[in-house]
Amino acid sequence: MQFKVKALITLKKSVLDPQGKAIELTLHNMNYSSVSNVRQGKVIEFLIDAENKDKASITAKEICEKLLANLIIEQFNIEITEV
Amino acid sequence: MQAGVIVFPGSNCDRDAMDAVKRSFHKDAIAVWHKDTSLPKLDFIIVPGGFSYGDYLRSGAMAAKSPIMNEVIKAANNGVYVIGICNGFQIITEAGLLPGSLMRNKNLKFIHQTQHLRVVNNNTAFTKEYEANQHIKFSIAHGEGNYFAEKDVLEELESNNQVVFRYADKAGNINEEGNANGSTHNIAGIINKKGNVLGLMPHPERHTDALASGIDGLALFTSVINSLK
Repeated sequence: MQFKVKALITLKKSVLDPQGKAIELTLHNMNYSSVSNVRQGKVIEFLIDAENKDKASITAKEICEKLLANLIIEQFNIEITEV
Repeated sequence: MQAGVIVFPGSNCDRDAMDAVKRSFHKDAIAVWHKDTSLPKLDFIIVPGGFSYGDYLRSGAMAAKSPIMNEVIKAANNGVYVIGICNGFQIITEAGLLPGSLMRNKNLKFIHQTQHLRVVNNNTAFTKEYEANQHIKFSIAHGEGNYFAEKDVLEELESNNQVVFRYADKAGNINEEGNANGSTHNIAGIINKKGNVLGLMPHPERHTDALASGIDGLALFTSVINSLK
């Protein structure tokens, strides 16, 4: 079976995000003063061939922990759907 | 005494590293390709600067998973001297050989300049030829040199004297003005607990020739040579 995985990787709350800050300042300059706490992250998508969703999920988590996210400064969320 | 320089796709400071070794060891270093699965017998391993894997995903993240890195980790665990310079520092932190992480420079800009530093620990195999707290200058050239570690890791690094180099201003003062990239505690370089693995963002290998950028970096290489004797 094939599964589509979407990994959302973001900086931990305790970590400074200068890119997020720069985006926030630009938005304020565009008169969106209602916006605050902008954080920039990344989305990595891929397909996994696996017996079932649980197995696919385990592999996806392993991939995130080993490569896609640096757990010192980042956290991740996985969305997984059957193709 | 044999030195080696690991080469990844995108490494660009390997030649300077080999040149620095030639000037100090008076013997050529061996270049080792990242895909090799074994290392020659080495006493000193340099993980050089550059843009390995284009800095894609995170600087040094994919290089840290190259086949040769398993061997570099084994060698480090066996006490071989390992130094990670700039991208090399990023690679060895991603590989878990040193704690913490290098993030995007605080002001978001790639910074390329002569950087003043203090050698805050000259009791290491890499810095014993420097004076205590010596004021030196190395080039820096990086976009992701902002050192970060969790509070407890940082406390441990400081109490164990594992911080080896700190960013300083032109007068040699360790302060915010001298901290170009926002690194916590002005940390420019650290050593592991065992004392055989050093990582730093500035480039000592660019400063071993009196005719080109001076010789502030030479003492780092001669320190290693004297530690190997």
